[in-house]
Amino acid sequence: MNHDNYPNDYIREILKSVKTIALVGASQNPARPSWIVTKYLLERDYDVIPVNPGLAGGELLGRKVYGTLADIPVPIDMVEIFRNSAAAGPLTDEALALDPLPKVIWMQLSVRNDEAAARAEAKGIKVVMDRCPKIEFGRLSGEISWQGVNSRMLSAKRPVLSGKGFQKLSLNRP
Amino acid sequence: MTDRLPGFDTLAIHAGAAPDAATGARATPIYQTTSFVFDDVDHAASLFGLQAFGNIYSRIGNPTCAVLEERVAALEGGTAALAVASGHAAQVLVFNALMQPGDEFVAGNKLYGGSINQFTHTFKNFGWNVAWADPDEPASFEAAITPRTKAIFIESIANPGGVIVDIKAIAAIAKKHRLPLIVDNTMASPYLIRPFEHGADIIVHSATKFLGGHGNSIGGLIVDGGSFNFAGDDRYPALSKPRPEYGGMVLGETFGNFGFAIACRVLGLRDLGPALSPFNAFMILTGIETLPLRMQRHSDNALAVATHLAAHHKVSWVSYPGLPSDRYYQLAKEYCPKGAGAVFTFGLKGGYEAGIKLVSNLKLFSHLANIGDTRSLVIHPASTTHRQLTDAQKTQAGAGPEVVRLSIGIEDKADLIDDLDQALDAA
Repeated sequence: MNHDNYPNDYIREILKSVKTIALVGASQNPARPSWIVTKYLLERDYDVIPVNPGLAGGELLGRKVYGTLADIPVPIDMVEIFRNSAAAGPLTDEALALDPLPKVIWMQLSVRNDEAAARAEAKGIKVVMDRCPKIEFGRLSGEISWQGVNSRMLSAKRPVLSGKGFQKLSLNRP
Repeated sequence: MTDRLPGFDTLAIHAGAAPDAATGARATPIYQTTSFVFDDVDHAASLFGLQAFGNIYSRIGNPTCAVLEERVAALEGGTAALAVASGHAAQVLVFNALMQPGDEFVAGNKLYGGSINQFTHTFKNFGWNVAWADPDEPASFEAAITPRTKAIFIESIANPGGVIVDIKAIAAIAKKHRLPLIVDNTMASPYLIRPFEHGADIIVHSATKFLGGHGNSIGGLIVDGGSFNFAGDDRYPALSKPRPEYGGMVLGETFGNFGFAIACRVLGLRDLGPALSPFNAFMILTGIETLPLRMQRHSDNALAVATHLAAHHKVSWVSYPGLPSDRYYQLAKEYCPKGAGAVFTFGLKGGYEAGIKLVSNLKLFSHLANIGDTRSLVIHPASTTHRQLTDAQKTQAGAGPEVVRLSIGIEDKADLIDDLDQALDAA
């Protein structure tokens, strides 16, 4: 995968196929991007499992927080890394030690570790780096266009409402 | 559709505008409403906390205006845009996001007269101080930079027409001093010049002019190039410091490469209030669909009229960069090879009186203070916009007694030339 420029279909397929997301670097602070992304993904029916050693055993947005990926008792579809690029290396290795393996490792906007990505891809895991799942969901669904952001998407097909009010769109745009 | 970047003409029609999700309406609906119902209480909290994308209140955002924003962001190659009530409002919001009282910015001295007024007088009330530099001498921008300088401001094609600015040379100075370069791209429009490709960081527009293009709606745009990293830069606290009203959120960090546009919206537009009406947004959007066609015709007509005037026995000089004899011809070839725009000035051998007679005698050209209309426009600055200045001041401002400014429309060029000929004969 060329990690400088992901095809829209690659990102869309990932966001449509994953359900359980372990979010490493979760925060209790509602002003932090990781809290905002956790809330946004929960509202879109993803099963987000917050991971933060400092908050382990507590609750965050109604979800139980785990200290490490290995502590999570259920299979994980996607590991979302909300740490810096250096920390993404060992975290990727923790993810690669899981059984079953996750299908996707996603590193947040500004986080990129090409060596870790290569190790994950060698095991057949899809990798996304330096992207935000909230921005990508907003871009592909059309929601982000409400904020005047250049979605770089053109379509003569109408966006599809998510079925939960008028201000949420789904990824099922033709 | 593949991920291939669509062409400019396709973006001018499609960017930002999908069929309406609720009704399937294909033209962009005019969402003429002040407010939007929340899906539930939690959704309302998410919107107010900037945690979800969506609409609250049309002073802060409106779906019709949002289509215009994304359209112009796409045409300029930016990350995001913000539509506001006028080009002047765009400038207030840009500097509001960058400046603290006592700060300075460096601006080219060849600007729209309204901008010179705004920077010289009204900005002083905010404690924002302008230092002037000469766009013909890029080094003069560097000389004007001080430790309080927060930005550099230029026009791509500068008023009163006929000045092509060497954007790359000034962008290099801005980069060296880690300052955002703001470019007013009104006169060129993104069809002729795309300033982000030459190193600009922020673009402003008076959409009233060529974007809308039909002389019917006032509006302005701010476009974020996504190229300037405000996060962690203490000189720009609006973007780099926690915002108390948003629970300590750091806008430049949370919104990444479109943080500047968001800051202009959630601070400037929210608190200063110059929102664009959705109706005006619709009119400007409709205009933009034909921007590539109009802008080419404007430029082609202007070159034909300028060429004709340059050979006229009553005309002493013509200042149009599309003419090979012009001092800006080489810069025009580099920055706007498709054409040098619609607006230019020329001088009458008969001076002030000839200028007044010419304006009175023209039948097709409208005598008014605007540019960028489908209709051809004329103004004699010395007897109108610059009337209060001394003769020396008029000449310095490019508005000497003999100067006439034209904004060439998209009519048949032969009719424009005929009208100018008959008016010159009588002048």
